[in-house]
Parts: sequence; C-alpha cells; structure tokens
Amino acid sequence: MATLKELAKKDELFSGGHRLCTGCGIPPIVRLILRSANAPVVATTATGCLEVGTTIYPYTAWRIPWIHSAFENAAATISGIETAYKALKKRGKIPKDKEIKFVAFGGDGGTYDIGIQALSGALERGHNFLYVCYDNGAYMNTGIQRSGATPLGAATTTSPAGDVILGKQETRKDLTRIVIAHNVPYAAQASPHNWADLSKKAEKALKIVGPTFLNVISPCPLGWYSKSEESIEAAKVAVDTCYWPLYEVENGVLKITYKPKQKRSIEDWLKMQGRFKHLLKPENKAILDKLQKYIDAEWERLLSLDGKVI
Amino acid sequence: MAVTMVKKQAGLTGNSAVAYAMKQINPDVCAAYPITPSTQIMEDFSSYVADGKVDTELITAESEHSAMSACIGASAAGARVMTATSSQGLALMWEMLYIASGLRLPIVLANVNRALSAPINIHCDHSDSMGARDSGWIQIYSETVQEAYDNLFQAVRIAESEKVLLPVMVCLDGFITSHAIENISLLEDAEVSQFVGGYKAQHPMLDTDNPVTYGAMTLPDSYIIFKHQQSEAIGRAKDVVVEVGKEFGNRFGREYGLMEKYRLDDADVAIVILSSAAGTTKVAVDELRAKGKKVGLLRPRLFRPFPFKEIADALKSIKAVACLDRVDSFSGFGSPLFNEIRSTLYEFEKRPKVINKIFGLGGRDYKVKDAVGVFEELLKIAETGKVETLIKYITL
Repeated sequence: MATLKELAKKDELFSGGHRLCTGCGIPPIVRLILRSANAPVVATTATGCLEVGTTIYPYTAWRIPWIHSAFENAAATISGIETAYKALKKRGKIPKDKEIKFVAFGGDGGTYDIGIQALSGALERGHNFLYVCYDNGAYMNTGIQRSGATPLGAATTTSPAGDVILGKQETRKDLTRIVIAHNVPYAAQASPHNWADLSKKAEKALKIVGPTFLNVISPCPLGWYSKSEESIEAAKVAVDTCYWPLYEVENGVLKITYKPKQKRSIEDWLKMQGRFKHLLKPENKAILDKLQKYIDAEWERLLSLDGKVI
Repeated sequence: MAVTMVKKQAGLTGNSAVAYAMKQINPDVCAAYPITPSTQIMEDFSSYVADGKVDTELITAESEHSAMSACIGASAAGARVMTATSSQGLALMWEMLYIASGLRLPIVLANVNRALSAPINIHCDHSDSMGARDSGWIQIYSETVQEAYDNLFQAVRIAESEKVLLPVMVCLDGFITSHAIENISLLEDAEVSQFVGGYKAQHPMLDTDNPVTYGAMTLPDSYIIFKHQQSEAIGRAKDVVVEVGKEFGNRFGREYGLMEKYRLDDADVAIVILSSAAGTTKVAVDELRAKGKKVGLLRPRLFRPFPFKEIADALKSIKAVACLDRVDSFSGFGSPLFNEIRSTLYEFEKRPKVINKIFGLGGRDYKVKDAVGVFEELLKIAETGKVETLIKYITL
C-alpha cells in the first residue's frame, strides 16, 4: 500500500476550482481513490452533486476521460465502456499491454435508489469495474430529499421533523449487504477521515479482477446541517459510533478493518448535525433509542461475522 | 434460427435478416434486452457470438434502459455499437435516446415496431418509434425484409458520417416484417466490410492520453448552442442518406432514396404511408389504375430528418392526399405523417386537400379494400373539393 508521501506525489487527476461545497466529503474521496489507482482510470458519474459540481461547461475538473449520461445508469454506462475496452483490445485497436481501470461514482440516491437495478445488473454480469457510492444520506443535489440511505429519524425536505411525524420513519437500506449478496470478489465500507483505510481499500478494489464496490460515507454540511470545518470529524464520529462500520468482504470473508476502542453513543454523532436536532429532545427519546438499538444490533451482527466466510 | 450458410439468396424473416446484417457488420459491442417482437434479432446474434461467427462483445443487459446506457458508454469509449428493441423497450430507453443523440454517438438501433401499452399488445403499430421522433435520432422506415437488411448497412454509414455523427433507428414492422419469411438477396461479407468500412471514433474515452469530458453540465449560456449544432447535424443527414443510398445502389443494384413514389407522377390523388402497409396500398393502386383511376402512393423512407422539401415537391400538384398513420397523436391535430405533410404543403398557394386516417393500431389488419376505400374518398374530394372528415380512424 502506498504511503501518504507516495500518494501525495502522484498526479492530481481531480483538479481544484470545482464547485462542490466547502466541507463536502466528495472531493477528498474522489481524489484519494483516483490516486490509489496504479493505471489510467476512465470514469463515469451518476447525475448528482459530483457531476454538477465538476463539469459546468466549458470547465471540467476531470483530468481523466469521464462521462456523465444520466442518473440511474452509472453502472450500465461503465459496463459499456469496459466492454468496449475488451472488444477493442481483442481486435488489436488498443495495445495488448494497455491497462485501464474503470470507475463509476454515484451518490446514495443514484445508487441505493434509482440506480440499484443497473448496479445489480452490472455486478451480476461481472464487469471489471469499481463502483463507488458516496453516501451522504439524502438527495443533496436536489435539496436534501430523503433517500433509501437516509438514517432513521433524520429530517429532510421530504421527511421533515413535523408536529406529528418526526423525520424519516424507516431505517436505512443496507446497500453494502445487498452488493455482497451478489457474491462480488470485493466490497467494503470506508470513510474519508481514515484515508489510509480508504486508500488501501480502493487500491485493493482496483487491483481485483471483477466487479468491486466501495460504500463511502460522505459528510454534507448542507444536508446534515453540520459545520463545514467539522466534516472529517463528523465522518470519524459516524465510524466511532458504529453508525458507519469500516469493514470489507474479500472473496466471501468478512473483516472489520477498524474497531473503535470505545464505541461511542449515537448521540455524539447526532448532536453534530441539525437534521437530528429533534431527536435530542427528551420527548423523542424513543426514536433515538430505536436508532441506537438498530446500530447496536448491526454492529453485533458484524462482530459475529468478523473473520468468517459469510 | 441463425443463418449459417453464406449464399446470395436466402428465405429469411425480418428479424433473421437484421441479425444476419449485424453479423456481417460485426460491431464491436452489442447491448440488448429481450422484447417481443424483436427478441429473435438478439437470439440469432447471440448464436453468432456463441459460435464464434462474430467477435462482438455482447452485453445482455438487465433492462432496455441499461442496454441503451451501455451502448452510450461503449460508443463514447470508441466502439461501433448496435442494438435492437421494440415498443415498451424503446419507451424504457426514451431518456437515453435523447442522451445518445445529444452526445452525438453514432449508435445503430433496429426497432421492430410494436404498439405501446395499455392495453398491452405485441403487434405492429408505430406508436413506439413515432413517440421517439423528436429524440434526435435519424429514423428510416423499411417496407420489406430486403429493405430492413439493406438499411442496416446504410445506417452504419449514415450514423458515422463526419457530417452527421448521430444515432440511427432502422424501423421494420413487428410480425408483418419481423416474422414474415421473404426471399432476399444477401451481400457477401467482404462486400459488407468494404461498404461499412472501419470505424474510428473522433474522441474515444479509451484514449487515456487525451482525456475528454462527455456530458458536461450546460447552463443557459451554452445549452441552446449545442442543440443548434445538433439540429444542423441532423439536417445534414438528409444529403448523406441520399449519397449513401446511391452508393449502395451503385455497388449492389438496389438504390434507396428519401422516399418511394409509386405511380405518383400523373396521379390525381395519393396515399402517404410508411413501411409494410405500403405494399398493401400498392395492390390497391394497381387495381384502381386498371380501372383508369389516377391514384398513386408516396412512401417516405426517411422520416427524421423529415425531407419536407422533396416530399412537398412530390405532392404539391396532387389534388387530394390521405396520410395514413399507424399511430394516434391523441387529441393532437392529426398524427405525425399528417402533421408533417399538411404543414409542409401549407406554403403553396395551390395545394392538395390533405386528410388523415389512423389505421392498423395494435396489428389490426389493413387490407386492400381499406386502401381502395381511402382512394375512393380521395377521388370524391378531388372532384368536389370538399372534405367531409379531416381526421378519422379506419380499420375499426
């Protein structure tokens, strides 16, 4: 695995000057993943913050070949690109020794929800690509609407904390498990605060032949109602509370890659974010308890599987 | 059933002929999803892949939306790409059709025309491709199996022309053409590769030394400029269609143009109709001509871009014209052929009376007597100058 010094020396493939928000988790995730590749990368991005924020014509932040086609089809688009690579290589139109890595980026809306069919199809067909979901827990680009990734109790513009209904009523979809159920060679959860872990996972995912998947938590000051300067800290607390466990499944074996010495209470994470403000009121403790219980159960489940073939 | 013998003549269904044309073209990538009545195209083609008759990479996508998305990815990557679909499949691709044309990707799609749900119906009408008529795709409609086969080769050339760079949809009628066996003339593989030539994409994404950004976000300062360029490009396609059709004729003896005129030159009245139903109409033309009635037919081959000038020239001296649409633009002022043709003729002071018939939806039979009925109505209009009903369903 590359050291921080080595990573820093690599070409910057994702230029500054883009229009993503201050404190957005996406740029450090994308930069680090692109730096972790040991071959040229061709990428696609689902409609969303990353696409809108990086390519307002005539500018582009991408110093690699990149395409945006639509919202729900990043996985299908990368399937086509990767297949063209195979076809053209076979026909000698691309040199035999020319290696290219294929990466699709999508937010949680474009991955958990509208893009899940295309993702599932591409995983099943076994294309050689890495899918990266930057999960900020709502449709942030369109203005913070609830998605399948939105945590229980979070207020969004379509699941507001009202007088009667207090934020999102459902627990989030566990997309990483859904991906793992496709028996892909590699899938992992990561966080931008733990750059070494993220980079190692990206490097591994890009090395493995076949479909690989990274689900990366991506703090969003706009939608989380959190402080821009605390984004990386917010990602860390999400991991330390075990809301966002860092683990990987490689060839069927699950491994937790970081175990907090002291698992923190979910309240520590919630209080950093205005979207959970209502959950901290004593009268709404039941929702908070439900969330804590869900997180505890999930963490226990992971601990019970750690090191095992799943 | 996949064709295994190479010979000059073969009895093939429309689907098998299209698949065989695809085999001869041997594109880099195909991505498709099964749907009646076009399924057999990809079944045949899958056999060609499995038997090593082509070295195309096949993506059996999990939906038509993803099939077209994969085509877009593959085409932007620099591959020659083809697919086939019908009806709901084309409808599911809708969003991506606009993106394929907007990104100027020369994808070729065989659309086997089928009605749209609801109620569900697997038989022929043109509601699928007509719904996509403003998606920026070039549309060519085929009357016969032979034509569908020939059109596919021409489509590749038209799409990839540097003057055009747009996707092309070759339409053939579901079941009527797709499942009917016709004895057709086949080209030799070498003739096909000579005609279609190799493909070199201008800005392939796989050229990692020269990175390009496809599909950037555009704001009001630039979006309209891209659309204007796209509009100019599809306009240029008309001449390219003619050039390619002529070259095809010179090489193989079957020339294609913008339209087919059948006993039209001295006609008093005419039917304008697309695809296989033109064959039925021609029988009616012959029957009435034998009785001394001056009737004729115009069959547009190219519907997008619509060759309005040429079609207007062909129709302007006719007294009465009926546009027969195998689709209903619900509560619009008539259906697509009628809209285009009536509006095209408006600029002439002396112009034909134009009426619209909606026929054959969901595979309803369109018989010689139906065409004769329309001609008789047209002859009456030509004589009296009076139109009773402007837009009407027939074959009910």
